[in-house]
Amino acid sequence: MSLLEVHDLEVAYRRQGVEVRAVVGASLSLERGKIAGLVGESGCGKSSLARAVVGLVEPAAGEIVFDGTALSPLGRGARPRHETRLQMVFQNPYSSLNPRRTIGSQIGDGLRLGGGGERGARRRSVGELLEQVGLPSSAAGRFPHQFSGGQRQRVAIARALSVDPSVIVLDEPLSSLDASAQAQVANLLVGLARELDLALLLISHDLAIVRHIADRVFVMYLGQIVEEGPTREVWAAPQHPYTEALIAAIPHADGSGTLPEALPGEVPDPASPPPGCRFHPRCPHVFDRCPTEVPPLYELGAGRASACFLRDPLGPVREPTTIHEGVR
Amino acid sequence: MSTAQLPTPTPAPIARYRFRRPRIASAWRQPLAVIGIVLAATWIVVAILAPVLAPDDPLGQNAAPLTPPGSDHLFGTDELGRDVLSRVLFGARLSIPLALLLVGLALFVGATLGAIAGYFGGLIDSIVMRGADLVFAFPAIILAMVVTAVLGPSIRNAVLALVVVSWPAYARVVRGLVLSIGQTEYVTATRLLGASARRALVRDVLPNVAGPVLVLATLDLGNAVLLLSGLSFLGLGAQPPQPEWGAGVAEGIQYFQFWWIGTFPGLAIFTVVLAFNFLGDSLRDILDPQSSWRAGGEGE
Repeated sequence: MSLLEVHDLEVAYRRQGVEVRAVVGASLSLERGKIAGLVGESGCGKSSLARAVVGLVEPAAGEIVFDGTALSPLGRGARPRHETRLQMVFQNPYSSLNPRRTIGSQIGDGLRLGGGGERGARRRSVGELLEQVGLPSSAAGRFPHQFSGGQRQRVAIARALSVDPSVIVLDEPLSSLDASAQAQVANLLVGLARELDLALLLISHDLAIVRHIADRVFVMYLGQIVEEGPTREVWAAPQHPYTEALIAAIPHADGSGTLPEALPGEVPDPASPPPGCRFHPRCPHVFDRCPTEVPPLYELGAGRASACFLRDPLGPVREPTTIHEGVR
Repeated sequence: MSTAQLPTPTPAPIARYRFRRPRIASAWRQPLAVIGIVLAATWIVVAILAPVLAPDDPLGQNAAPLTPPGSDHLFGTDELGRDVLSRVLFGARLSIPLALLLVGLALFVGATLGAIAGYFGGLIDSIVMRGADLVFAFPAIILAMVVTAVLGPSIRNAVLALVVVSWPAYARVVRGLVLSIGQTEYVTATRLLGASARRALVRDVLPNVAGPVLVLATLDLGNAVLLLSGLSFLGLGAQPPQPEWGAGVAEGIQYFQFWWIGTFPGLAIFTVVLAFNFLGDSLRDILDPQSSWRAGGEGE
């Protein structure tokens, strides 16, 4: 039984009276000690998914099962103790720390709320947490503005660790950091996942980082998960045209003179998604089934799945089709 | 070309100098702050020591009426033979504590209502904020005049009337800040750690509200002195023979050719208002946590 399971999650917002479905029927599960990567372009619903998974947004449909019990959305009261073991780290380490409180006090919050002992013990625990993320324990008395971006993100991670979590959702934790800080924090995350047996959900648009540290990868497009599988295999042989295009779009260090292939067109407006397969207007392999039917996520074995009719075990074309004039 | 010829860069010593100026020293670099502090401090000292400093009884009609400023009476005497200097000094005992009281009350009422509105939202928010809008719809002095006219003219009622017209500013600011800070990621993060909304409000939101509200209150002190004097000038606040500055200016207007009667109380009002405005402006700069004076050059 996996630690966190998300079934058919839907997240919807109202924007000027129009319902926007940011996440449409996403399912995923996280295992202890593993890092799952969730990749996709900006605006595809990654952050909405992240916020819903930790209970910050009430899902429009579907359910989130954390450690065997259904997660309740966050209201005005305190979160139930067992749910605090599901934590989140935010994208911007400049806005995720209170500028007026020392970082020791902010990390100590988790310990205090968890009923963690008297003052001296708490101070020692704060020091240990700071050292765990690679900061000196003497940093506890400082204010957030006295740290660099990478250090702040470490502080944010230490704060999440203060409640002894089992799952941490990281919403673009590296994208506001410079390259060397990215590498350090990425290594820290891998170490923590292995040492503390944490399940991490790393949300990112940076494929290179996800490729390096994620064990499994979920590819999201316009609110849907279109492909999932072990990272290495997905990279070696993508099973969805969108994944293929994403991987092709990464610039290669040795790709002298060749520009990465860009995907035609823009991500459509989630308020009015295209019918059928949501990717079909940009897909190089589009055929007559795509604009009319919604592809389910086909299980491909070995933990892999793809939502593309080309992977339909019954064959891409199920019945003799009348080829429409207008379809390319 | 062999690589051996390349000059090997010597590692530059990493400078770890830290300039930590004492906190007060950097405030002195702002001339307006200095002027504000000096003027306000002077007036507060005057208010405390008025009985010692005043050469004469502010109510005593001991001199020849309408004596121009001179060595006997520095600011001259008024139409009843009272020493204008003594009346100005004693006026500080009235205006400054009342302004503090008035701002304190308005701050307390406004901040509480604003925090309640921002925290609960919905119907409660609508009721509180429509009440505030109602007050905002009228010019402050006009509404205060109506309230004092209803309650009866006295300095106490003038203060109450001004509390009624001043709380909405605080309610609006506090509500806005509670709403915007409540949306920040650091509040979300504390909530995820298991803090209730109320705890997050007290520990993470309100401390961040305090700075801007304090600035507003300091700026408002000057305004309070002005409004209070204004009501007294109109005869709705301090009643004779109280030595109030606004009343003093009103008196001066009746004896326009004896310029000293109205000018000196007017100057008192002017300097106090100026002092609190300078103070508030400087406080705004100082309380900004990102401003350089507090960073002390550490980290990035």
